[in-house]
Amino acid sequence: MKVTQVSAFLENRPGRLLFLLNVLADAGVNIVAHNIVDASDFGIVHLIVKDAEQALKVLREAGLTCSSSEVLLITIPDRPGVLVREVLTPLAEAGINIEYSYAYAAPQTHDARIVLKVNDLPRACDILAQFECPEAKPSQG
Amino acid sequence: MWNSQAEAISRDALAELQLHQLQRLLRRLTRVPFYKNALAEAGIRARDITSLDDLTHLPFTRKTDLRDHYPFGLLATPLEDTVRVHGSSGTTGRLTVVAYTKRDLRTWSEVMARTLAAGGVTRRDVVHVAYGYGLFTGGLGVHYGVERIGATVVPASGGNTLRQIALIRDFGATVLCSTPSFALYLAEASAEVGVDLYALALKTGFFGAEPWTEAMRSEIERKLGIRAYDIYGLSEVIGPGVSYECDQHAGLHINEDVFLPEVINPATGEPLPDGVKGELVFTTLTKQALPLLRYRTGDITALNHETCKCGRTTVRMNKVSGRTDDMLIIRGVNVFPSQIEEALLHVPGVSPNYMIIVDRAKNILDTLEVWVEVDAEAFSDKLGRLADLQRAAERHLYEIIGINAYIKLVEPNTIARSEGKAKRVVDRRDVYQIKG
Repeated sequence: MKVTQVSAFLENRPGRLLFLLNVLADAGVNIVAHNIVDASDFGIVHLIVKDAEQALKVLREAGLTCSSSEVLLITIPDRPGVLVREVLTPLAEAGINIEYSYAYAAPQTHDARIVLKVNDLPRACDILAQFECPEAKPSQG
Repeated sequence: MWNSQAEAISRDALAELQLHQLQRLLRRLTRVPFYKNALAEAGIRARDITSLDDLTHLPFTRKTDLRDHYPFGLLATPLEDTVRVHGSSGTTGRLTVVAYTKRDLRTWSEVMARTLAAGGVTRRDVVHVAYGYGLFTGGLGVHYGVERIGATVVPASGGNTLRQIALIRDFGATVLCSTPSFALYLAEASAEVGVDLYALALKTGFFGAEPWTEAMRSEIERKLGIRAYDIYGLSEVIGPGVSYECDQHAGLHINEDVFLPEVINPATGEPLPDGVKGELVFTTLTKQALPLLRYRTGDITALNHETCKCGRTTVRMNKVSGRTDDMLIIRGVNVFPSQIEEALLHVPGVSPNYMIIVDRAKNILDTLEVWVEVDAEAFSDKLGRLADLQRAAERHLYEIIGINAYIKLVEPNTIARSEGKAKRVVDRRDVYQIKG
């Protein structure tokens, strides 16, 4: 459930995201999830990929500024209230802060995948151990 | 004419006066170790100067000399005789300091009075001064000239445009003194708040501290319903009041009885004839606290000795048409790229790769954008940290250069992509496009 997230700095102008994704596509890096946060002039692209090492390598070779960080990737049942009751409440009660998060649903499995950047990763892992995500395994550190 | 004895002096009498003043200056300069050494090195004594042509044998003074003797190393009078100091940006973090005795301030008031009187200012006028007050010479320099004439001065200083509009309206200002870009900004802001500038008492404006074009003059005159005069000065020489336009608007009359001008080839130092552009150089003939010998202004212009239709006999300089160095004038403030570079070096997290973009939004206010690359080591997944970096760099730049800049974070290798020497400055303004 602990996975390596790749983050890259991009200027906020047409074609930059395409450029980044092309680099990954050419290197055969498969993207599990991605998210963009923007601050008018620039943005940061967060990526969960099959092979974080490889992704970092090819992105840096392409001249992009990137970094890696550890995040939590969990799978929860795609039903109302689950996120609140079983994820957010226990984290809040443990005093763990969520710095940012992004999610995507997988309708065919009735699951939702959630990426959480937290300030206390080991404890968050323990608290949410039941929501182990199958996709997370290949890149587990 | 405020002082026809000085402004319309015969050329022969002027030359005689200038030579006499130059010889006296050289004697005063021997009190300054820097000049004593420079003159000794050039092998020149005051008595060797027997004609104005001998000026070319004298050594130059550069802005770096002022910096190297920071703060008071070039003073020719004891500090207790100094009654005022001002400062302007240096090429690095160090201020260029200038100083004045009581008599220097009287000279300054006199040349500013001539400047304002040439645009028709009398004691019945109300003069709104929107140049910055403080270390910058603009505000106080104009201020004392207005008082010398006996007109009413409103020391509004810079900033707070809406309050300025109210002051101009309520006090019935007839004269505006500001940077030309501020005048246009004022016009825009007045329109927005529904104040009709044509309905006010404003009739004349004196604009300087930054280069401006004839197109801007027309725009200011049309939008504010006034007649716009160009004024020129620099703190090292005295501040505003070095040269000024008469109602002919045909070049700026230099106050030649106190400031001896030359235009030289910046590469060789050779003097250039009338009409040929080169670097403007001033010798301050009468200044006491900080006299300067052949000070290289870095401003590019040409001189014109023809007698003006206005009756003044003093030499005229063209509007400044460029710089010999990379100094930028942004919202009236002198900014050197080296200052920006130095400021960025002290901001952890940005790489030393930078690019300066100067623009003039809607042809009104200058904008300064500095593009910097995020240091790969400092890059994190958190947006907030990058925003902090941006703010820290903006704050630091403000502390060094004194004006607000916008820091734009860019991807690596977007700057200086071209081969060879990196082009660090892009100035999109056309401030030096001079008609005619």
